[in-house]
Amino acid sequence: MKIHEYQAKAILAKAGFAVPRGEVVCTPQEARAVAERLGGAVVVKAQIHAGGRGKGGGVGVVDGPDAVEKLAAQMLGMRLVTAQTGESGQLVRQVLVEETIDIAGEYYLGVVLDRGSAKPIVIASSAGGMEIEQVAADTPNLICRESVDSANGLFEFQARRLAYAIELKGRPARNAVRAMVAASRLFHETDASLLEINPLVVTSDGEVVVLDAKIGLDDNALFRRTELIGLRDIHEEDPLEVEASTYDLNYIRLDGTIGCMVNGAGLAMATMDIIKLAGGSPANFLDVGGGANADQIRNAFRIVLADENVKAILINIFGGILRCDVLAAGVIDAVKEFDVSLPVVIRMEGTNVGDGRAMLSASGLNFTTVRTMDEAATAVVALASDGS
Amino acid sequence: MAVLIDEETRLVVQGLTGREGTFHARAAAEYGTAIVGGVTPGKGGTVHEGWPIFDTVHEAVSVTGANASVIFVPPANAADAILEAADAGVAVVVCITEGIPVLDMVTVLERIRETPTRLVGPNCPGVLSAGKAKAGIIPSNIAREGRVGIVSKSGTLTYEAMHQLTQCGLGQTTCVGIGGDPLIGTSFIDVLKMFEGDSATEAVVLIGEIGGTAEEDAAAFIAEGFSKPVVGFIAGRTAPPGRRMGHAGAIVAGGKGTAVEKMAALEKAGVVVVKSPAGIAESVVAALDVA
Repeated sequence: MKIHEYQAKAILAKAGFAVPRGEVVCTPQEARAVAERLGGAVVVKAQIHAGGRGKGGGVGVVDGPDAVEKLAAQMLGMRLVTAQTGESGQLVRQVLVEETIDIAGEYYLGVVLDRGSAKPIVIASSAGGMEIEQVAADTPNLICRESVDSANGLFEFQARRLAYAIELKGRPARNAVRAMVAASRLFHETDASLLEINPLVVTSDGEVVVLDAKIGLDDNALFRRTELIGLRDIHEEDPLEVEASTYDLNYIRLDGTIGCMVNGAGLAMATMDIIKLAGGSPANFLDVGGGANADQIRNAFRIVLADENVKAILINIFGGILRCDVLAAGVIDAVKEFDVSLPVVIRMEGTNVGDGRAMLSASGLNFTTVRTMDEAATAVVALASDGS
Repeated sequence: MAVLIDEETRLVVQGLTGREGTFHARAAAEYGTAIVGGVTPGKGGTVHEGWPIFDTVHEAVSVTGANASVIFVPPANAADAILEAADAGVAVVVCITEGIPVLDMVTVLERIRETPTRLVGPNCPGVLSAGKAKAGIIPSNIAREGRVGIVSKSGTLTYEAMHQLTQCGLGQTTCVGIGGDPLIGTSFIDVLKMFEGDSATEAVVLIGEIGGTAEEDAAAFIAEGFSKPVVGFIAGRTAPPGRRMGHAGAIVAGGKGTAVEKMAALEKAGVVVVKSPAGIAESVVAALDVA
């Protein structure tokens, strides 16, 4: 689960980190009021889940209540387009208004899972304020890392090693050590999948302050982090994806024209791949799960159909636990119920496939049934382009 | 021959009394697997579908001589179930459960390394040794005793490969679903080593997907002198970066873990990489003809 910058900062502040004074607001008038309280120049930051906000015009520094109100009015309600949002951008509903910080140095501090060692690691870098993946690719020598002990968090000696490696000394180094140890513990305490402070800034008087922060939470652990569930902002998610998740369907909306319905994540990805190979483009990733029932098939159909870009549907099911006759019954019901006029290509294989195929052909409905995945992809791509 | 499980396997089912546990225990028993009992804390001493239920894995092991376990325990308790099985000295633990918190797996992998237990999974379809035994949810009706080993991150793609190998008459030795989570107990390399030592396995199908570097690691291992032909498939070439494609581990992050990189690494190691999963068996046939 992703959360907003202001929420991440609140979590960090509670854990003892220094964060700029500020408030999140929904109207230009409130933004003005916050700026008046803070006094002096402030930074206004659009709160959306995607990164790269600065380049898209989602971050600005201004002085004076009038200027703040004006900037907030520009941002609120705009669709902010960044490298991570896609072309249509993300609607800005809230802005964070914060005091500006006198910056002497910018650093990077992150905690992530390292699959290789099967442990979280703390990453520190003197190249703060830049995209860390880019830093890792261009100047790997500027990336310093230490493994985190699951019972104790980062040990202080490890944090000191990191602080010295990113060339901090004296009071800033001592503050950074505290921040690194705290970050490693917070990662565990929140069951985070990512904790990133970028930049972590050192001020001219040696304070270490969180200028921007990003926390991702492990969805699988939310059952024991109930205090964090309320941080979910469904406005940031695709409505169809939200709806699919309520039916235990794994749906990700894409921008193509071929709706896909598949069982199993690997097969669902492979289905997208072969559609592309055949010259088409998938409208979605949809995994109905290994043991889907007729009701889930029905809901899956509804969600795929709700995407207006869909011109044809490909159903690719390997019947293991989900039997092909159950699938066929579900598909026939759904096509009748929703009066589906789009072409539907069905490729199924596995348990009771003979019964399933017989049911489909006896239904009198206009299905294209094929034997192999390659045939399925070719057929559905042809049908999708006929219809457009 | 086979790897991980066979006729000698005495399987205990952790979570046998649940719906999934019951369903799959029955299916495994029908396939000829020796299911020796179940573990459900609080239900010890009862009998479920003819199987004795124990409160603890230790008890199940000492009474039944179980040497393998399959776990159908809900995600919140699954890590604990794995650790209990390892603590009881179970040699092979197969965890089917999907949705275990990743930090739980950090602890599990840290602990389990100090034991002789081999963990397969979590979030996997399990292991099936054709004609011998199965631990997990792989449908046995598509299996046929034969010559090819399968190791895969994906469940349904494993079934696709099994089905094709059965249709073309090659069949399988053992099919191992290693799971799609970021942290798993058994890697591609672990299974490749087992297949190297298994005389019945003449070729291997390796099915990977985006995320992490397990496929690249496997490629490096194969390049070092794996002796049997390998046919590979990688799912997720068209997956958008930054999105998690169903499996918790299937995500291209920061430009790393892409399908293209993985396919290139495997090809460089001499693996026959198929573009479509429909061509898996065909490529195995070709690879065996050449070999």
